[in-house]
Amino acid sequence: MGIVVENVSKQFGSFQAVQDVSLEIETGALVALLGPSGSGKSTLLRLIAGLETPDAGKIFLTGRDATHQSVQERNIGFVFQHYALFKHMTVRKNIAFGLEIRKTPKSKTKARVDELLELVQLKGLGDRYPSQLSGGQRQRVALARALAVEPQVLLLDEPFGALDAKVRKDLRVWLRRLHDEVHVTTVFVTHDQEEAMEVSDKIVVMNKGQVEQIGTPAEIYDHPATAFVMSFVGPVNVLPSTSRMFEASGLEPTHPDVFLRPHDLLVETSPNGATVPAKVKRVTHLGWEIQIELAMEDGQVVNVHLDRDRFKALNLEPGQRVYIKPKDAKSFPLHYSI
Amino acid sequence: MTLSKEDGWVKYLLIGVAIVFLSLILFIPALNVFVQAFEKGIGPFFHNLTRPDFLHAIKLTVLIALIVVPVNTVFGLCAAWVIARNQFRGRAFLISLLDVPFAVSPVVAGLMVVLLYGRNGWFGPFLQEHDIKIVFAMPAMVLASAFITLPFVAREVIPVLEEAGSDQEEAAKILGAGDWQIFWRVTLPSIRWGLMYGVILTNARTMGEFGAISVVSGNIIGKTQTLPLFVEQAYKQYETEAAFSAAVLLAFLAVVTLVLKEILERRTQIKEVD
Repeated sequence: MGIVVENVSKQFGSFQAVQDVSLEIETGALVALLGPSGSGKSTLLRLIAGLETPDAGKIFLTGRDATHQSVQERNIGFVFQHYALFKHMTVRKNIAFGLEIRKTPKSKTKARVDELLELVQLKGLGDRYPSQLSGGQRQRVALARALAVEPQVLLLDEPFGALDAKVRKDLRVWLRRLHDEVHVTTVFVTHDQEEAMEVSDKIVVMNKGQVEQIGTPAEIYDHPATAFVMSFVGPVNVLPSTSRMFEASGLEPTHPDVFLRPHDLLVETSPNGATVPAKVKRVTHLGWEIQIELAMEDGQVVNVHLDRDRFKALNLEPGQRVYIKPKDAKSFPLHYSI
Repeated sequence: MTLSKEDGWVKYLLIGVAIVFLSLILFIPALNVFVQAFEKGIGPFFHNLTRPDFLHAIKLTVLIALIVVPVNTVFGLCAAWVIARNQFRGRAFLISLLDVPFAVSPVVAGLMVVLLYGRNGWFGPFLQEHDIKIVFAMPAMVLASAFITLPFVAREVIPVLEEAGSDQEEAAKILGAGDWQIFWRVTLPSIRWGLMYGVILTNARTMGEFGAISVVSGNIIGKTQTLPLFVEQAYKQYETEAAFSAAVLLAFLAVVTLVLKEILERRTQIKEVD
């Protein structure tokens, strides 16, 4: 196992940041810690790094108990959201920092820095200062610096959080490819479910200091374990189980609240046995996806997402009458909040 | 934008007032120092600068600065680090406490030292018993100067430290650096300009301090007389040229300080634009 977290808790004053969290991360895996702000995901990362000490529980890194090891002893690579590059050092000096602390011979350091500059595609920028680089370049320097010491685990705290949308997307793909190349056990924190799904092998969904679910992106999306996961990893409609829609379609919800993904609703222009009528309220075009707001006869509003082809075939307009039925719905006991 | 006639008139009036005011309180007095010092030519000026009691005053002034500046630099750095890097109860109070030397009149600062270490002070009997001389000797002058210049370094470094944040220090720590390595390789380089500025201000104030020093030193010629005290005494004894010669030296120190300060401020600004 690359990282094992055993019943770890951490409190800041009266705020319980992490509560009795246990998880195992395989060696070489790329895992996302996903959750809203205040869910404890960054604190958990800092606990693994040793930047915070747990109030209770144990942390193992590559099989060894690291709970009482100092930050310096853990040999970890850490990438901060705001890069945390040493402003007064050149890119080369930044990357070489960990090696110089370890008293690596000069020639070896130079070779390693060259290798890393190549790896992060910043060859030729070694003599620049961080202030002369773009955000994406800075983050890549931060990554090279973290990888220079050949860490046993690589931890990234919202690594793309400070970048603009385009650069962010590019870097995600790049990080995924980089991981396939270097194979170091990697954990990254994000509040963006799309980012987590795109980059990671496994996702740990956190809420209020606890783990809600651990699974592959597909498992998390298709088989959410809790209402929180269902609503956090994608858009949902929450309907009461008494809604006519379920009666008509023959679904028997087990809990008072039923969760429906907007693309799990079937829309027709004419009724068939299992459908209920609704009225189109609003149509929003988002490129390949069209979002439609529908009002059912009992006043309940539901959102439906259609692809372009389906939308064109139906030719919907506001005010139009349609007939809907659920393809797939999940019910959860209602004691959650986002 | 075009100015109407009245606007132009007001503008020139305001500029005129500013020039007259600045001339009266700044330019003419400063110029006068030089005129008086060199009134009888360059010879007497240098003659004044080689008087033994004058040389002694310079030596003492530099010696006090050599003690006070490093001590207050180290203290200021420690205080700034504690205040900028930690959240604790009484933090706001500590920051206000640092400003006490700014708020208290230097003469009162001097008196505090005398009342504590003087013959009738709290520590007076103890010091007398062990034959330690503090008041009317160099130790009291160092103490008073240190008190007056206590806040400068901390005041300049705290905002720089806060601005830099602790991310870089944490990054260094994760990369294996010990506390001492972090300080020398990461913290110090990122606050160097702020620190230098604080040191320069500390030095300028230490060398130029009059009030507190005049209370604690006893102003003994050739013994406890610093440059500012020398100027005052020479002037009172109608040795105008001697007074002004020394004043030229002090003024020169001030100019050097201002130039250095300007350079450092520019460097800090360039850093900030980064």
